[in-house]
Amino acid sequence: MKRLLTQQLALAASAIAIAASPAAAQDFVIANATVATGDGSEPIEDGVVIVEDGRVTYAGAADGRTYSTDRVIDVADAWVTPGLFATVTTLGLWDVGAVSESNDTRAGGSPFSAALDVAPIVNPTSQHILVSRSAGITRAATTTLPSGSIFSGQGAMIDLDGDANPVMRARAFQMVALGERGGRLAGGSRASAFVLFHAALREAQALSGSTGTPQTTEITIDDEVLLSRFDAEALVPVVNGTQPLYVSVERASDIRSVLALRSEFPRLDMVLVGAGEGWLVANEIAAAGVPVIADALDDLPETFEVLAATQSNIGRMQRAGVQVAISANSGTNPRNMPQAAGNLVALQRIPGASGLSWGQAFAAISSVPAAISGYGGQAGVLAPGAVGDVVIWDGDPLEVGSVPTRVFINGVEQSLASHQSRLRERYRDLDESDLPKAYDR
Amino acid sequence: MIQFQARSGRFNFKNKTHRATLAVLASTLVLAACATTGSASASSDSDDEAPRYAAAAPMGEGSAGPFPSTYQRYPGRPTALVGATVFDGAGGMIANGTVLFRDGEVVAVGGSDLSTEGYDVIDATGKFVTPGIIDIHSHLGDYPTPSVDAHSDGNEATSPTTPEVWAEHSVWPHDPGFSRALANGGITSLQILPGSANLMGGRSVTLKNVPSRTVQGMKFPGAPYGFKMACGENPKRVYGNRGRMPSTRMGNFAVNRQTWFDAIDYANREDADRDLAMETLVGVLDGEILVHNHCYRADEMALVMDMAKEVGYRVTAFHHAVEAYKIGDLLAENGVCSAIWADWYGFKMEAYDGILENAALLQQAGACVVIHSDSENDIQRLNQEAAKAQAAGQRLGIELSDADVISWITLNAAKAMGIDDMTGSLEPGKMADVVMWNGDPLSVYSRPERVWVDGALLYDANDRSRRPVSDFELGQPGEGDVK
Repeated sequence: MKRLLTQQLALAASAIAIAASPAAAQDFVIANATVATGDGSEPIEDGVVIVEDGRVTYAGAADGRTYSTDRVIDVADAWVTPGLFATVTTLGLWDVGAVSESNDTRAGGSPFSAALDVAPIVNPTSQHILVSRSAGITRAATTTLPSGSIFSGQGAMIDLDGDANPVMRARAFQMVALGERGGRLAGGSRASAFVLFHAALREAQALSGSTGTPQTTEITIDDEVLLSRFDAEALVPVVNGTQPLYVSVERASDIRSVLALRSEFPRLDMVLVGAGEGWLVANEIAAAGVPVIADALDDLPETFEVLAATQSNIGRMQRAGVQVAISANSGTNPRNMPQAAGNLVALQRIPGASGLSWGQAFAAISSVPAAISGYGGQAGVLAPGAVGDVVIWDGDPLEVGSVPTRVFINGVEQSLASHQSRLRERYRDLDESDLPKAYDR
Repeated sequence: MIQFQARSGRFNFKNKTHRATLAVLASTLVLAACATTGSASASSDSDDEAPRYAAAAPMGEGSAGPFPSTYQRYPGRPTALVGATVFDGAGGMIANGTVLFRDGEVVAVGGSDLSTEGYDVIDATGKFVTPGIIDIHSHLGDYPTPSVDAHSDGNEATSPTTPEVWAEHSVWPHDPGFSRALANGGITSLQILPGSANLMGGRSVTLKNVPSRTVQGMKFPGAPYGFKMACGENPKRVYGNRGRMPSTRMGNFAVNRQTWFDAIDYANREDADRDLAMETLVGVLDGEILVHNHCYRADEMALVMDMAKEVGYRVTAFHHAVEAYKIGDLLAENGVCSAIWADWYGFKMEAYDGILENAALLQQAGACVVIHSDSENDIQRLNQEAAKAQAAGQRLGIELSDADVISWITLNAAKAMGIDDMTGSLEPGKMADVVMWNGDPLSVYSRPERVWVDGALLYDANDRSRRPVSDFELGQPGEGDVK
């Protein structure tokens, strides 16, 4: 049925940086929605979202324009948002955490560190991708973790549509651990971690022809390689500033030292990951223009580098002008990101705490992580030109009881099924009067 | 518990999930062994028949046994909470309700017609009141923060059966986690369990969530002991990796059964020497100590229930019970509670089949549900975890009232800990363990505004002087912050 909406297509001249999948994408209009665009604004009542050729062409109030389409999804005031952007994750790299054969997140026994590259090993049909997708996450940063040395290897940006091409951008970022963890990995002291980091970047500078002469010697401890020639080569784009460097660091003093690295390596494109004591140095982080991916709910001195941990960390950094995303690790799984965001909204009503408005909190799990990941205006947001990642919810998306009812990626509707949903259906009852449960599917 | 189990999928540099290393635990053996001697005390020498030295009585609840509770309630004002939505913890809900408490006890719970004469009246209009939240599965104090090896006191992982160890001897009362559980989670009582490295991990201890210089000052007066057992992967991995039994699930059962049979022999011997391990097991056989069994898989839980029948004890609760939904009928039939997370899954093989609907499907089968944390973080949000599990059930069409869901984290937990005649619901005569929330506790947007323990106001979001700060945090960055 062809319906005429009082909505006109807002044409978007967009620079297309994310390849849409128009093959299976259908144009559609979502009407009567409570639209949260993800840009930090508060939700819009009676909103409309239009997706054409896999991209958003309009999102906002029903303002009287007309638009003609075959496919209208009247959501009857339900919440509609962009897909969530999860960073930093290990999605697609493991099946069962403690089953080491199935888990590619740590390569502690490998002779490689910075050279590791997750692009060829992401499994697009991992259950954790399916579970995350059914929770409204449509894109993510995924990476191996610093294990054998202070460098993680090169992470990728992925989409969660489960097709043959999960990787949106390979070798999208490098990560380095420079706090307590970095110190352990570098032989037992932060001092060693900083020396190793400097040595690695100097070697990369030499390899790129900018300064000095490349050395070919490895840096090793016994059998463990802390830096190989391959790793140094992999750090060339880091030192050139063409590949962002995510720095895992928590303590206030460590954050200051990390920010100071740019005096020696001015082209570093840094992102802080963790920053549990970031609020203590929020003005310095803001002045440096370095974005942060922070855990929302850590409030315990789990280690001596987060003695000042508080759930107000993100709110305080944001007030100081820092661009902050809520880490996908704020809960036990990335799917708990909305819960973390909701908790920061709750803080607004606690005297002395610093929370986020609803719009800011939602942005911190959608447009902000997308922007930090290099997809500003293109993902994590409902705006003309952005990817057609649209989620329809059964309630306020930040409420703990809410889940998506429909998820679109690049304009294509996704299955919400997973191992978990199948188990749920099988065990809705325990009736085995005719046949065992194994036949119930 | 998963202290041994790296949830490797978590991206984490802060070592949250890697607290214990076996090497460190093993090195504490010598110290632990030394600590078990020299506990005898001189008895009266006026009785010629008595031995010259005798230890205090081995058994007994609360103040009757060794290491007795010294907890005394703190002063409180006679208080009337008026105009709130009240969830009583026992499945009841009163709109525009009134809760009266004085002298540490709940006096009355009712509607707006209750007289508040003689009480300090707090206008709780728009707010919600529940019993104090109870976490049946915590390691606060025995795996405290900071999570350094020196604090790793939850697993006596030197033998697969250590019924002789008591968690209370590991609890560090200055764990900052207690204060977060109080302020953000409204936790007023909690059970601290040994870890799950061992088949038989030792005795648990139930605490009031009250800051104290000593663990005795936190011990819940009159609470029975619990006994921690563990199925599955952890014991067989820890000991199998050392080339000793058990290295398989069948080994787990063999060691368990033989140990129980030894306990029965011990109980039947009149001339037996004192044996701390056997005393705990006999306490279980006598029904005085409640079994809390870490167990993920449905098939294993079914086997454990049959082992309990064979031996003659009762399993009070399976903890974690990720697959409990597959045997809700069996659990209901055997009267065993499931103490579970809302949504943890996938971090280990036996957690692969975790689903959000676990709690709801159990409730549908008529089985007892408790939502637990096993986490210094999630203990701050048991209300939110319960709400997640509720919503998942409602999506399946299972009716779960808000009041019933509150009982998952209050009265049901109290029942499974054997303290339900004292706390867990707002009923006259019970302890005035009360949380006033600034909104619906089943919403992510709500937080405790005030928390009373035995009628004493121990947390007030609007009064910084009512916010405990642990010894550890004094003089440190962030001391006394809202956290």
